[in-house]
Amino acid sequence: MSTSRAFAPALVLLLLAALIPVFVTANTVLNFIVFTLIIALAAQGWNLLGGLCGQFSFGHAAFFGSGAYAAALLQARYGVNAWAAFTAAIAFAALVGWIIGYLSFRSGLRGSYFALVTLAFAEVFRILANASAFTGGAAGTLIKLDIRPENFQFASRAAFVWIALALVGFTLLLTTAITRSRLGAWFAAVRENEDAARALGVDTLAVKLKAITLSAGITGAAGALYVQYYLYLDANIAYGSWISIEALIAPIIGGIGTPLGPIVGAVTLHGLGELTKLFASGIPGIDLVIYGALLVTAIAFAPDGMMGLLKRLGRGQVTPRTTTPKTTAAKTTTPKTEGAA
Amino acid sequence: MFAPDIILAAVLNGLMTGSVYALIALGLTLVYGVLHIINFAHGATLTAAMFAVYVAHAVFKLDPYIALFIVTPLFFGLGYGVQRFVIGPASHGEDRNILLVTLGLSILIENAMLAIFRSDTRSIDVPYAFSSIDLGFTFLALPRVLAFGVALLVALLLGLLLTRTDTGKAIRAVAREKTGAALAGIDVAHIYAVTFGLGAACVAIAACLLMPTFYVTPRAGNAFVLVAFTIVVLGGMGSIPGALLGALFIGVVESLCGLFFGESLGQIGIFLIFILVLLVRPTGLFGARA
Repeated sequence: MSTSRAFAPALVLLLLAALIPVFVTANTVLNFIVFTLIIALAAQGWNLLGGLCGQFSFGHAAFFGSGAYAAALLQARYGVNAWAAFTAAIAFAALVGWIIGYLSFRSGLRGSYFALVTLAFAEVFRILANASAFTGGAAGTLIKLDIRPENFQFASRAAFVWIALALVGFTLLLTTAITRSRLGAWFAAVRENEDAARALGVDTLAVKLKAITLSAGITGAAGALYVQYYLYLDANIAYGSWISIEALIAPIIGGIGTPLGPIVGAVTLHGLGELTKLFASGIPGIDLVIYGALLVTAIAFAPDGMMGLLKRLGRGQVTPRTTTPKTTAAKTTTPKTEGAA
Repeated sequence: MFAPDIILAAVLNGLMTGSVYALIALGLTLVYGVLHIINFAHGATLTAAMFAVYVAHAVFKLDPYIALFIVTPLFFGLGYGVQRFVIGPASHGEDRNILLVTLGLSILIENAMLAIFRSDTRSIDVPYAFSSIDLGFTFLALPRVLAFGVALLVALLLGLLLTRTDTGKAIRAVAREKTGAALAGIDVAHIYAVTFGLGAACVAIAACLLMPTFYVTPRAGNAFVLVAFTIVVLGGMGSIPGALLGALFIGVVESLCGLFFGESLGQIGIFLIFILVLLVRPTGLFGARA
């Protein structure tokens, strides 16, 4: 596939999406688009680590929240310019990602253990942010309303749609570029068989650290954008398990490891979520029941997500891909050393 | 400083809390030991069991301790069915898929509970809720003492089941080497499902023991299960004695942290232990032997 063919369809879709605010001015619609794009961005971050590099994090809230708190606190407490704070927030989230990655990957945590330790970090951050006076405690933090472009605050929601689209588009290009680069090959090697990759001379620790740092930076940008849009943050929004789950489900529904997957997944999930709310309003949690059911169904019947389904339809193959029982033999001989390797 | 008898009372209380943690952790560690995955639906299963006990009491006027004999087999059956007919077929034999399927189930169950019961806090009213036993220096709540006794009994029975029965031997064989077990004629899918059923039965018993003194919300199970994760990691994933001792230890730590630092920091202590153990010795205290 030539380079232009790899990028072209995605760019056309993004340009079309950018035209929506020109024709639609309803705030509910624009709200929905911005929120979905923020989730898509967080999910793109997860996809880089989980989809490309095979490390499943159950605690991406740790990065989303760190980005969001950094952006909010730098402005609210230190009067830093919003754009500078936004940039610093991305760097801070990436740093948090590097530290968590360094600690857990150095200890050789994989699979279930890595999922658990990320979950625990997010939960510790949540409890700390909820108790500390610096973060505003349970009352949360507000960013002062002062609508000026230099404050990253706009009178029209369309501006946020475009900024979110630009970030999602940039990440899409970045992810596509990575999958076609040497780094992407290393990611794939670590994902498919880490021991074999190491045996072939891949510095797996360095590769995984690159993945988690990039991943955390992207998800942190989603957090910073969230707080810039809503101008309010508390510990349960920033570090709550909801965002860890959103960031993880969207790529799996959309197509894990594919550059477009997280975006397709986020749009599908939130589209369905809004529909269920429309038809079953007043029943709390019903949209999440659908998310859970979709996650199970997707893994059962569409292991490559929506992207995989589209590809199969395109090729005229409707029968599900037969999943090869990947390296069952290798796994059964070393399950006990999973965590201690 | 606190007087010795206050500290002793805190330790006893911690042991009793720990015994309920032990039941929850036993279910988790058993499933991990056999399937080598963490069952993320464990917390939601506990919540569902607590609601089952609540409904049994509110609708059928069943005492939680009598409901135990209905809810436990019911949850064994549910656990068996879910693993056999949902998790097993859906995950195509890949570990990371099992992880995600259990996560999906937990989201589904938790929010179904939210849709049905709403987010109200519910508790049941039993006449003995405030009965206590006078030890001279402190009072122990009767339901908690009962919970302690039943939890230890269940742990003992589970141990006997695993070591003395054919099913138990088959479970241990599958845990050790599933391909070999399959070659020896053991139905691995059946054993997986039995293990899952046992895990669900453990939390069902825990729910019956909790409900006389605790309340239930659609998220009630999560707090317990995060503690259970810590216990299982501390005791060594898959180790039954590790889960038992780890649970009693964590119960006491939580109780003492609560006494010295206040409730909210008691929770932090548990998570810090969790992260430290994961980073420093992920095989846990008893896991290395496995």
